[in-house]
Amino acid sequence: MHIHFLDSYRPGDSLIHRLEARIKFILTIAFILTTALTPQDAWPVYLLLLTIVLSVIVLSDLGVGTVLKRAMLAIPFILAALPTVFTLKGEVAWQVSLGSLEIRFYQPGLVRFVSIALKSWLSVQAAIVLASTTQFTDLLMAMRAVGVPRLMVAIFSLMWRYLFVLADEALRLMRARAARSGQSDRPDLKPGGNFAWRTRITGGMAGSLFIRAIERSDRIYNAMLARGYDGEVRSRPLPKFELIHWLMLIGGLLALVCLLGLAHFGF
Amino acid sequence: MHHSIEIRHLSFAYPDGHKALDDVSLKIEPCEKVALVGPNGAGKSTLILHLNGILQGQGEVCVAGLPVTKENLGKVRARVGLVFQTPDDQLFSPTVYDDVAFGPLYQGLPIEEVQARVEEALETVHMRAYAHRVSHHLSVGEKKRIAIATVLSMKPEVLVLDEPTAGLDPRARRSLIKLLDELPLTMLVSTHDMYMVRELFPRMVIMDQGRIVADGDTQALMADEALLEAHGLEKP
Amino acid sequence: MSSLLSPQPMHIPDGFLSVVVSLVLWVISVIVIFFALRRVNQDLGERQVPLMGVLAAAIFAGQMLNFTVAGGTSGHLMGAAIATILLGPWAAILVMTTVVGVQALIFQDGGLLVLGANIFNMGIIGVAVSYMVYRSFQKISGGNRWGIFAGGFLAAWLSIFIAALAVAIQLALSGTSPANIAIPAMAGIHALIGLGEGLITLGALAFVYATRRDLLGEEAQGARGGAVVWIAGLLIALALAIASPLASAHPDGLEWVAEQKGFLDTAQGPLYEIIPDYIFPGISNEALATILAGIVGSLIVFGLALAMAYTRKSRGASSR
Repeated sequence: MHIHFLDSYRPGDSLIHRLEARIKFILTIAFILTTALTPQDAWPVYLLLLTIVLSVIVLSDLGVGTVLKRAMLAIPFILAALPTVFTLKGEVAWQVSLGSLEIRFYQPGLVRFVSIALKSWLSVQAAIVLASTTQFTDLLMAMRAVGVPRLMVAIFSLMWRYLFVLADEALRLMRARAARSGQSDRPDLKPGGNFAWRTRITGGMAGSLFIRAIERSDRIYNAMLARGYDGEVRSRPLPKFELIHWLMLIGGLLALVCLLGLAHFGF
Repeated sequence: MHHSIEIRHLSFAYPDGHKALDDVSLKIEPCEKVALVGPNGAGKSTLILHLNGILQGQGEVCVAGLPVTKENLGKVRARVGLVFQTPDDQLFSPTVYDDVAFGPLYQGLPIEEVQARVEEALETVHMRAYAHRVSHHLSVGEKKRIAIATVLSMKPEVLVLDEPTAGLDPRARRSLIKLLDELPLTMLVSTHDMYMVRELFPRMVIMDQGRIVADGDTQALMADEALLEAHGLEKP
Repeated sequence: MSSLLSPQPMHIPDGFLSVVVSLVLWVISVIVIFFALRRVNQDLGERQVPLMGVLAAAIFAGQMLNFTVAGGTSGHLMGAAIATILLGPWAAILVMTTVVGVQALIFQDGGLLVLGANIFNMGIIGVAVSYMVYRSFQKISGGNRWGIFAGGFLAAWLSIFIAALAVAIQLALSGTSPANIAIPAMAGIHALIGLGEGLITLGALAFVYATRRDLLGEEAQGARGGAVVWIAGLLIALALAIASPLASAHPDGLEWVAEQKGFLDTAQGPLYEIIPDYIFPGISNEALATILAGIVGSLIVFGLALAMAYTRKSRGASSR
């Protein structure tokens, strides 16, 4: 099976892959909400949350290393929280003198910074597991189940269908531009043009994508009409949510609630 | 001025593990016209993408006398003109003039020289009158010729084309074949059009499953029907 | 390949906004989306699904296109402005929601709990501000060419700039970043990034103007209910433009608010002195009055300018 470089889904047959999409979807969001609601210095609870997510990763056969590596992508944003270390005043954890400059690392600031980093890291791992073990069509069904309007789901569905087609077009546009981005042998000439020119060219590429997309949508619309589309979005009924599913869902939610209770009142 | 292509023991695998090129070696002399044929998935397009460094595999690729490395990419791309299969993905400027001017403009040439290059390139593809037309509204045949012009304006030493006659009606095809015949450049063309191969290309390279399985005189190879059939080709 | 998908500075990941801020923005976004769905149903009719779906894919693909800024850094398109110009405000909101949603769900570009905030910043603020600027230029220039390009450029620039202010204030309100650092930093960086967005939008508009001028006509822009978006865009832009320097100058005020609103995820221990009575919003009455006065004053001035442009145009037309 040709895996498009963009697709996050990794086919597999693990317990997590086979788990009902609606349960996975709701529990992932609940897990992220739990990390968000966990108090900043409830370190033992963070450890428990990490254990939970790592266990799920192991059960999903995704490979802990692979998931952790992908989780690193969200790290750059942590710079936004870095200043808090120096501005959230309280007990001084560490002091550094650079000439006449005194740089203080405050403890409350450090606590906040580390907790933000942890919450973010835990949340993104959960999101990666969800996306890697659930086919997009199943995620759409989960969205329908939690109440996302049919029209919205239909737009998602069509976007997904054409996402890779258009992404490939974008890739080819960039390759075509690269192929014509040459450097002359003449030493007096500077390649690359200026910023304004480069961005306008990129804009033309985007414009080309959009125009072709709009014209393609005309053809898609005609094809849909030919199959009896009348504007009303109908979809297959959702498969039955069995008792065992309810039990798993409620069990998972209860576990997270208990963890929260522990976090807030147990320490 | 080298006008040549030299590939030595090139191998390449895509990130998902699929091995697209397996120890490919190829040497093309100045002003030679070579056809690259083979079934879909043989690795023809992948090989072409190595010639200007869009893809980089293990082995050596030398184009117009320059090794294709990260440092040389700019200079390599000025010397080898790559024309892709879908013209829509190569014509990304509002007018034909803008598209053909992109190459020279990127290189930093003065405006008068850019103008001269654009006119010359359009003249070569017999589309001088189209300079201020909007590419989007042209026919496929016209777009393909403009796409070639966008590359010719860089005055490359080597021209590489991926499926130039695909999707063309007989008249447009005839006109494109005539154009390719007129161009005095070293040429490597990947194609399924066996009739064009017989007509224009004295040398033919057959690829299959990432390897070169035959490389030689077109007439001689085309006489070997068993060989052609074994690699999904039809004798014209 | 990951460089193609590198997180944009505007996609906020989970953990960076407090639960209260996240939920409030979710509620607002959901309300707007529901409203947009109804509007689009009425205006576009059957064509809506294929058009919006494919264009959402195109915007996503368009965000992959890069251009070299300087040295090794590259910039990207966000696309709210061009979506608004091509589709009108309500469809654009839905398209941007889909793009941001897929980015969060599938590519972890932006968090799931904070998805409401990301949709609000890039979809709703981005679209509303773009619409306000572009539509104004359209009216002032009478659909003239310069109006399309100047309006498009400015719409794109402002959409990025104002959205960045919103992100900074949200981070400050959540206690993630101090306001006096976050706001100037985001404002400064995105004033520059907005230039890139403006120029790309200009290039895209040039292409569209040459190939399919009909797509830039009045129909998409004259969508019913557009006035609501126009006013919202103006209010948001003004509110953020006024609030940002204020908040930046008084970071403690916002930090105090953050403490109150962040109470859910703050420990009950002795690390912080939590004031037990939660007064919302915590900004003094004088400051509030000044801000309101500023908004009303700016609205009056803007309205006068627009009215003048209108009457001049109609007088010019009738005297022929």
